Amino acid sequence: MAKGKRRVSEINAASMADIAFLLLCFFMMVTTMNTDTGLGRMLPPPVPEKIDDDTPPIKERNVFEILINSQNQILVERAPMQLKDLKDAAKNFILNPMNEAHLPEKEAKELPGLGVVVVTPRATISLQNDRGTQYQTYLAVQNELQKAYNELRNEFAKAYFGAPYDDLTSEEQDIIRKEVYPQRISEAEPRNVKGGK
Amino acid sequence: MSKFRKKEKRGVGGLNTASLPDIVFMLLFFFMVSTSMRDVELKVRVRNPEASEVTKLEKKSLVTYIYIGVPQHSFQSKFGTEPRLQLNDQFASVDDIQSYIVQERESMSENDRPLMTVSIKADYDCPMGIITDVKQALRKAQALKISYSARKGDYIANN
Repeated sequence: MAKGKRRVSEINAASMADIAFLLLCFFMMVTTMNTDTGLGRMLPPPVPEKIDDDTPPIKERNVFEILINSQNQILVERAPMQLKDLKDAAKNFILNPMNEAHLPEKEAKELPGLGVVVVTPRATISLQNDRGTQYQTYLAVQNELQKAYNELRNEFAKAYFGAPYDDLTSEEQDIIRKEVYPQRISEAEPRNVKGGK
Repeated sequence: MSKFRKKEKRGVGGLNTASLPDIVFMLLFFFMVSTSMRDVELKVRVRNPEASEVTKLEKKSLVTYIYIGVPQHSFQSKFGTEPRLQLNDQFASVDDIQSYIVQERESMSENDRPLMTVSIKADYDCPMGIITDVKQALRKAQALKISYSARKGDYIANN
């Protein structure tokens, strides 16, 4: 009787760990933990065929024109510029700190809970590239513009809410994102100056 | 005296490994859950560009991928060396994007459709021409939320 009992109770579980380890190793090998990262953008909705031309033309002073040619050179407001200077130029354009005549119009805006804030709601960045522009250059320009906006939003958040932009509530972020520094980047159809596809 | 000796012997011999499988199984389940096996085989060469202001794409189920790049070596005899599109597992042309987006959108749940994001995974050396064509096609397909896939890095500092 005692012998039979022993036979039932003794299942050797020592190899279970080995089997589990084997499976574990397999899943560890095939796992890709890297989450995809990228630069988020919104495309404009498609334009209807018939465009009613009632929209008033945008004033020259409100437009920050960036051109990239097929040699990956950058032309900002008709003057060549290095990529590293682009962020500060864009920030200066959006902010217009000296209230200069060739930079965008300023406008006082009443914001809930913040009082009157002077903003440049019509500031638009116009980006045009060639069909032969290298993707990396285009992305770097987009990245610099994004960085300019991020820094401005962060500065505003620190000045008015006393915390970095990322730590604000989504309502507060919405105020900054939509009312104070709306991102207005317009992309023109690319030109085909030289070769290209 | 004899009592002491007995105790010492038992202490060295008995390292209990009964809980080892439990621990290993716990790890195993974690990796099984976090694994995503559905990874498409890349037929085009995609070397991610660099950008410093990247954000994470939160929900993988909302993301649709479009790969753009030069075909891999083994496909070059058939598809040439011009940059091409890859949708799912096959080469495609710009005209196929619209039906691809519609099809992907159909497979999502009703609530998720407005949140659909298209991730453009393009090679850094790609000319903008093909990417612009893709963007125009996406506009036509009403897939307006896009993301330019990039890895975190400082392009300006590295050049």
